[in-house]
Amino acid sequence: MKHLLDFEKPITDLQQKLAGLREQTAARQLDVDFDEDIRRMEAEIEKKKKEFYANLTPWQRVQLARHPKRPYSLDYIARSFTGFSELRGDRLYSDDRAIVAGFARLGDHRVMVVGTQKGRDTKENILRNFGCAHPEGYRKALRLMGLADRFNLPIITLIDTAGADPGIGAEERHIAKAIAVNLREMALFKVPIISMVIGEGGSGGAIGIGVSDRVLILENAYYSVISPEGCASILWKDRTAAPKAAAALKITARDLLELGLVDEVIEEPLGGAHNDHDGIAQSVRTALLRNLESLLKVDPELRVRQRYEKFRRMGKFNEGAAPGAPAAAAVSPAG
Amino acid sequence: MTDPSPPTPDSRPPEPALTPPPAQLDTSFARKPRVAANKSRRRDIPQGLWTKCPECGEMVFDKELEEQLKTCPHCQFHFPLCARKRIESLAKPGSFEEIDAHMTSVDTLEFTGTDSYAAKLEKHKSRTGLCDAVITGFCRMGAHRVALGVMDFNFLGGSMGSVVGEKITRLIEAATLQRIPLIIISSSGGARMYEGMFSLMQLAKTSAAIAYHGRSKSPYISVLTHPTTAGVMASYASLGDLIISEPKAMIGFAGPRVIKDTTQAELPKGFQTAEFLADRGLIDAIVPRRQMRERLTEYLDYLCAAPAAKKTA
Ligand SMILES: [Zn+2]
Repeated sequence: MKHLLDFEKPITDLQQKLAGLREQTAARQLDVDFDEDIRRMEAEIEKKKKEFYANLTPWQRVQLARHPKRPYSLDYIARSFTGFSELRGDRLYSDDRAIVAGFARLGDHRVMVVGTQKGRDTKENILRNFGCAHPEGYRKALRLMGLADRFNLPIITLIDTAGADPGIGAEERHIAKAIAVNLREMALFKVPIISMVIGEGGSGGAIGIGVSDRVLILENAYYSVISPEGCASILWKDRTAAPKAAAALKITARDLLELGLVDEVIEEPLGGAHNDHDGIAQSVRTALLRNLESLLKVDPELRVRQRYEKFRRMGKFNEGAAPGAPAAAAVSPAG
Repeated sequence: MTDPSPPTPDSRPPEPALTPPPAQLDTSFARKPRVAANKSRRRDIPQGLWTKCPECGEMVFDKELEEQLKTCPHCQFHFPLCARKRIESLAKPGSFEEIDAHMTSVDTLEFTGTDSYAAKLEKHKSRTGLCDAVITGFCRMGAHRVALGVMDFNFLGGSMGSVVGEKITRLIEAATLQRIPLIIISSSGGARMYEGMFSLMQLAKTSAAIAYHGRSKSPYISVLTHPTTAGVMASYASLGDLIISEPKAMIGFAGPRVIKDTTQAELPKGFQTAEFLADRGLIDAIVPRRQMRERLTEYLDYLCAAPAAKKTA
């Protein structure tokens, strides 16, 4: 029912045992002592589950981030927002259904919401290109974010993509440039921008809508410069070494928070967001609202400068023994 | 010369869609000059070092190759050119002032694959004599003072980690503050995998810096050389007011093998070459290396008011 993954077997085993016990109780009308056992077992399962899901490996989290029942952008748009009114097309070539965008309300706030969108079944996945956007998707996102900026609507982006489309058409129509332009323009928008990585944060395809004042990430989502499989095939010439790569790349929500590369981790329902769509949508709504309201208190000019400085600080390096090097505290041109 | 045939297979840039070069690339890409087997030829030319052109198969005398800025005198094939030589070929002699020359990468993630990142860095430093994959600084080109960044593919496939991102960003910021033109010569397999998400964030950082440079009303010319792909192409390399390329450079986002595997389709002829992309509207002009300095100076003459005409405040 809940679509359990292979690595969740210890939990399923316990649950089956419990179900068996319950059946026995029901069938034989056994006495109270058995109820006690069931309660104890339930408590034990709950405890085991908490332990189990708190200690998932990075690769197991990647599996959860890709879970076929995981809520996608439109699920959040339906539950965390109200009154979604979709807007389509890049006004240049086509409408890329791998990115959805439109007006919506977040609490009392009118916002522009933009998200990469995966399909639930084969048919929808073909329509949505498995959530891998073409240049048109990034251009649609840019057009509508620009509109939001002009009409003072905060921008919320939901990120869930394995990456931008690696195809012939995407290259012919300059996917790299489309992403680059978004990075440049998002740095300048005056309205607040919040991004939430809800599933997969696949490299350039993800950051193409991810230059934001606040970058939030769900507990089991990941955000990576390269897919674990891609990394594994380069390093070990073996895609099945992906679990090792997932650990080496430090791509989990907690790792990224520790490295200072995301601003906040949103806790998921026990076992992953797919177990409770309404629950996670409520948490997402609360987090988005809290961040939006705090961002709205900041002067727009200052907000844009802080956004610049936030990304400006990212990077670890050694200055080296440069005699007479200029002071590091140079004035940023965003000032 | 305009035949848009793709670069030779072993000079193809890294595979993964968005990121970094495979480990072996740095060795396979650079063609080491070889001593010609033909002894009589060796006697004719005492230096005796020849390189076989991978495009036309002709043996090219290395001294001549150097004089021609590493382009084949027979077919104009552009061999890789290291960053120092590139700067020499562009800047007014003696005018280049390097900045951040000693900045080095840190193995923040303690990344260990087949080899540790720290070990890889050491290996590439000693092999190339570079601290990382880009050299930045100021120089004169014609009448113009220019902020110049030159990437070097020999250092970890020209991949962009924190150092490349920081040096490029500082260069852009300096150009913005000084209101001078910016030229970046790219050559990169993409973001540097070994620095994980720090590398991806350099895309945002450098592109944001370009946004402010654009507001300063000084031009940015992006020059693409073989190969420029993935993360660098998805950031500053694509954001030039002018985008210029060397002939036949491979340019793109995803690696051709990834595209082939994903689409299961035959790739069009000349796919992801400079000529292919110029025909599809990405590139302003394809400029052979030996004309590059002259052409860049010409562009600057159009885009920047000559210093003499500038009113002093
Ligand atoms: Zn040749």
